[in-house]
Amino acid sequence: MATTSSMFMYSLTIQPPSSITQAILGQFAGTKEQQIVTASGSRLTIHRPDPTQGKITTILSQDVFGIIRTLAAFRLAGSNKDYIIIGSDSGRITIIEYVASQNRFNRLHLETFGKSGVRRVIPGQYLAVDPKGRACLIASVEKNKLVYVLNRNAQAELTISSPLEAHKPQTLVFALVGLDVGYENPIFAALEVDYTESDQDPTGQAFEDIEKSLVYYELDLGLNHVVRKWSDPVDRTATMLFQVPCGADGPGADGPSGVLVCGKDNITYRHSTQDAFRVAIPRRRGATENPERKRYIISGVMHKMRGAFFFLLQSDDGDLFKVTLDMVEDESGQPTGEVKKLKIKYFDTVPIASSLCILKSGFLFVASETGNHHFYQFEKLGDDDNETEFDSDSFPADPTELYNPAYFHPRGAENVNLVESIDSMNPLMDCKVANLTDEDAPQIYSICGTGARSTFRTIKHGLEVNDIVDSELPSVPSAVWTTKITREDQYDAYIILSFTNGTLVLSIGETVEEVTDTGFLSSAPTLAVQQLGEDALIQVHPKGIRHIRADRRVNEWPAPQHRSIVAATTNERQVAVALSSGEIVYFEMDSDGSLAEYDEKREMSGTVTCLSLGEVPEGRVRSQFLAVGCDDSTVRILSLDPDSTLENKSVQALTSAPSALSIMAMADSTSGGSTLYLHIGLYSGVYLRTVLDEVTGELSDTRTRFLGPKPAKLFRVAVKGEPAVLALSSRPWLGYSDPQTKGFTLTPLNYVGLEWGWNFSSEQCPEGMVGIQGQNLRIFSIERLGNNLLQQSIPLTYTPRKFVRHPEQPLFYIIESDNNTLSPSTKERLLNDSTVVNGDGVVLPPEEFGYPRAQGHWASCIHVVDPVNAKDTLQQIDLDENEAAVSIATVSFSSQDDETFLVVGTGKDMVVSPRSFSAGFIHVYRFQEDGKELEFIHQTKVEEPPLALLGFQGRLLAGIGTDLRIFDLGMKQLLRKCQAQVVPNLVVGLQTQGSRIIVSDVQESVVYVVYKYQENRLIPFVDDVIARWTTCTTMVDYETVAGGDKFGNLWLLRCPQKASEEADEEGSGAHLIHERQYLQGAPNRLSLMTHFFPQDVPTSLQKTQLVAGGRDVLVWSGLQGTLGILIPFISREDVDFFQTLEQHLRSEDAPLAGRDHLIYRSYYVPVKGVIDGDLCERYALLPNDKKAMIAGELDRSAREIERKISEMRTRVAY
Amino acid sequence: MADKLRTQQQLEQLQSRYVGTGHADTTKFEWTSNIHRDSYASYIGHPPLLEYMSIGMGEPKERVRAMMIEKMIQPVGKPPEVQD
Repeated sequence: MATTSSMFMYSLTIQPPSSITQAILGQFAGTKEQQIVTASGSRLTIHRPDPTQGKITTILSQDVFGIIRTLAAFRLAGSNKDYIIIGSDSGRITIIEYVASQNRFNRLHLETFGKSGVRRVIPGQYLAVDPKGRACLIASVEKNKLVYVLNRNAQAELTISSPLEAHKPQTLVFALVGLDVGYENPIFAALEVDYTESDQDPTGQAFEDIEKSLVYYELDLGLNHVVRKWSDPVDRTATMLFQVPCGADGPGADGPSGVLVCGKDNITYRHSTQDAFRVAIPRRRGATENPERKRYIISGVMHKMRGAFFFLLQSDDGDLFKVTLDMVEDESGQPTGEVKKLKIKYFDTVPIASSLCILKSGFLFVASETGNHHFYQFEKLGDDDNETEFDSDSFPADPTELYNPAYFHPRGAENVNLVESIDSMNPLMDCKVANLTDEDAPQIYSICGTGARSTFRTIKHGLEVNDIVDSELPSVPSAVWTTKITREDQYDAYIILSFTNGTLVLSIGETVEEVTDTGFLSSAPTLAVQQLGEDALIQVHPKGIRHIRADRRVNEWPAPQHRSIVAATTNERQVAVALSSGEIVYFEMDSDGSLAEYDEKREMSGTVTCLSLGEVPEGRVRSQFLAVGCDDSTVRILSLDPDSTLENKSVQALTSAPSALSIMAMADSTSGGSTLYLHIGLYSGVYLRTVLDEVTGELSDTRTRFLGPKPAKLFRVAVKGEPAVLALSSRPWLGYSDPQTKGFTLTPLNYVGLEWGWNFSSEQCPEGMVGIQGQNLRIFSIERLGNNLLQQSIPLTYTPRKFVRHPEQPLFYIIESDNNTLSPSTKERLLNDSTVVNGDGVVLPPEEFGYPRAQGHWASCIHVVDPVNAKDTLQQIDLDENEAAVSIATVSFSSQDDETFLVVGTGKDMVVSPRSFSAGFIHVYRFQEDGKELEFIHQTKVEEPPLALLGFQGRLLAGIGTDLRIFDLGMKQLLRKCQAQVVPNLVVGLQTQGSRIIVSDVQESVVYVVYKYQENRLIPFVDDVIARWTTCTTMVDYETVAGGDKFGNLWLLRCPQKASEEADEEGSGAHLIHERQYLQGAPNRLSLMTHFFPQDVPTSLQKTQLVAGGRDVLVWSGLQGTLGILIPFISREDVDFFQTLEQHLRSEDAPLAGRDHLIYRSYYVPVKGVIDGDLCERYALLPNDKKAMIAGELDRSAREIERKISEMRTRVAY
Repeated sequence: MADKLRTQQQLEQLQSRYVGTGHADTTKFEWTSNIHRDSYASYIGHPPLLEYMSIGMGEPKERVRAMMIEKMIQPVGKPPEVQD
């Protein structure tokens, strides 16, 4: 990184990408249980499917800082653990294993074979493994194929050979698969096209005659070389291969070996020693279906069971087909290895998948290409249903021969049953951060998904809360506790409610009812309740301490005269109370179970506001420390050691008086084990967490967080078996150690504001919490700690493209369009026209079956969405005449008294590639009913679809082709006021401040344009030096623009000061127009401030705050569902620190897939001025010795470094 | 003379190892074909880029991938007539 940059950003991911490039199945932990490993962007994630609950939980997710292109699982013969091979952009083959005991990935082998980067001839695109785990083949799209032999050595460790080459120049590979040949020499099958001759033949005849061939590459294990064993032409349209199983000793009852070759409209069984068998892919029948449309297979999976196997292959409509093979039977009725026929029948319809995994436990995991991933349970395998089965007897094996197509009627799912839908924001088309609900932190609004499965999602920072009980009480309680009766009890027996003038005890059982014979004093409010020793209970009330023995005998310790108890804290062996006089009285339980008062009282300097004793550590008789908070804004730690009882250990000064204290041991990433923390809540609503030294009682490593404007209260609770702190202010928060990183995390709960909370455990709810909200008693639990971003979805109709917010109301307007899809009007016409026969007229729900498709047709609409009140779409305006919406803006026209209108740009008869269209239109809508409804006013025809619209100085600014135009609103149409050609290719985005306009071009980065009002001219004055295929931009300040491009880069560009000033000078129009061009561009050039490669394609950028009181950050969203931020650095010191840290981490924690981190982040342009926070955060996961080493190099303690890293995130984000 | 031969051999080796390495007589057709094939291979190899295009085209990713490899066979049309 150039250290000379004057601007530094810290890049962080808030939500990792959720699209799955590939998913593989295997027993990665070495147990019988199967796990799913997925690749999403640069992340490798291992999931555990839970067959009993039908849920998938993430076990581990790791950023490998490289593009994962392909994954494969393999197992050495005789072993029961699967290894993972990663094909990435590192030019290396990586073999890793999952170490379940340490919950991490361990790299076993890393073999370099070529240059890094995604290149045409560098292997990494295809990866195939021999089913017996003896070899793997890694190949590129063109020419190169490398075979690695996998084996084990005497120590039973995995070994890998040097690569064997099987290159064939000028040959393109469409698909690659490992053939099942039992224990014979491993064979890999590839679908290849050789273009040598077509490149030489000017007549084009050779190109016409090109054949696609199925090629077998055999690895001769004896001679250790690879030969091209067999090659045979197959269907020209074939694109996919599937492995057909085989017996251990060659073709037999277990399977015939060979491959399924899937092409347009057909699936063919092929093998070198067998005849070809072909079946057609059945087409959907229906009034709106084109009977001539041919399907392709786009994904599939083979599943082997004992003595049988079948394929589930998915067509591009999402229909799953079950494909089976029949074999010739011998005299005894046993199948031989010879294939008789190939059979296909409709199975069910699931979303279009990038990977399908069938689990042994009877589940199907569908890694959807877009939208939520689905987890299905098999009800049956379609063995005995009424679906028509088509077999190869009815279809000729020769691909050139004609046949009668096969048809089926799609129907609702019969064989699989959806058990879990896993949230995925992929593809994330646009995103806006806004605070519409008037909470303290803004929410993120986004449009995601494609087709009928697309959604509008609201994302909020918080943990999901499961509400169990919500019941009203006779009056407003001030506090609530739960308690067991004896130490051995598993569940709580009583709920104790304290009111201003009394105490109410409820027993927990089948029903919750009031009990009076418990020994509790009911005529006074309660300050604390505790189960003490074996079987006694303690109630602390303002006038004394009530010790209730098991036989209901009550010992009462009265408070001294004229004094009352103001604060109390208890644990199972100790009690400490503070009196109104500022004295602290301390009790400890004797061996006989009675409470003994410590002789001396300790007088504090001010009034005590709160106290805390820690839990008694296991194997000890007492907690070592008592924390005392006084109204002089201090917290003191007192020793409880018998030699130095109530002696001062340490003091911490605070910014405000403490309102709550809690000493708690929690898991900690720095020490690796558990650490004693003192949590402090202040009257100002600030929460502090400090580390309490277990020996000296010193306080260190204070971290602060503002919770809300109300005084903070703290309660010790248990979540997922781990201690956690429930912090209550204006809203509830939970502090816990993150299940994966073990780092301390503080997250708000998505719940009502509570006044009091306590742990709750009963048979129905073993790990819950009880709380008071006004006059209500609430019992709730927290099920998931892993995900702290909550999503709420509103379904949309078509693929959303862009959206805008109403300038005042909490409403959004979304434009949606789907290519190659029938519009509703055409669909209706077809349904009415057709002579509907048996079931053809059934309209299937599009969310599951998709829309009827037709080449060249567009379906498009405008939606009004209310995400706050109605949480639904309010109005849908369909566009017809094959128009599709491409841009949207709200514009207030000064000619109409500043009334705001919604302006939508559309294109007619658009073809994406190569780009064409017949016309473009700009529609104008008026807001009705506060924006809840839209009224169409008029449309204006323009020569090209306007891809960018923007309100500009009371008029409309539109980017039409290469032109920038200013329109005013007329009675019948828009009136053109000004026009200029400003970019070389196509205007795709507009931003403005003052009279400056930032125009982004589809290919040539951004151009700054100034609008000169007097001359009525639009004049470009600065452009860029690099071709950036801009997707989104935002102005960071008047001079600087941040943007993202299609190759997955983020950048900040700044206009030279002089050019910026000159452009805004009064009357400089003539001068600017006649200024000399520089190298055929604008007179000035932008300078690059920062540049970063986050891997995902940015789709939106916004400068905003994410948390209450946080600084402005740049929030960006990525196509694959990524949400990320760029945080500007304030001090040079921090930059130096993080730069050095990043440097150390690059070498100490080198990326898993073997990609060099610096080169990865500099994928297209050298990284400049950006520090990778995701890498820095991996510091917390390093082993302790490495942490200490890096800390030593940086002259700081490991704890300090972790604090700095976590503060970078928590100060501005989640 | 030996030097020249060695250079020649080295160049040939480079050309065979790294497809697309030019030579003194590279034609426009060869050059543009190479550029296009490289581009298509890159679109296929970068999952976000492939997804971006598949959404734009309204086709599944796998179909777009196959289409692009298909285009790699003859990315810029027929080769020109050879004149000598």
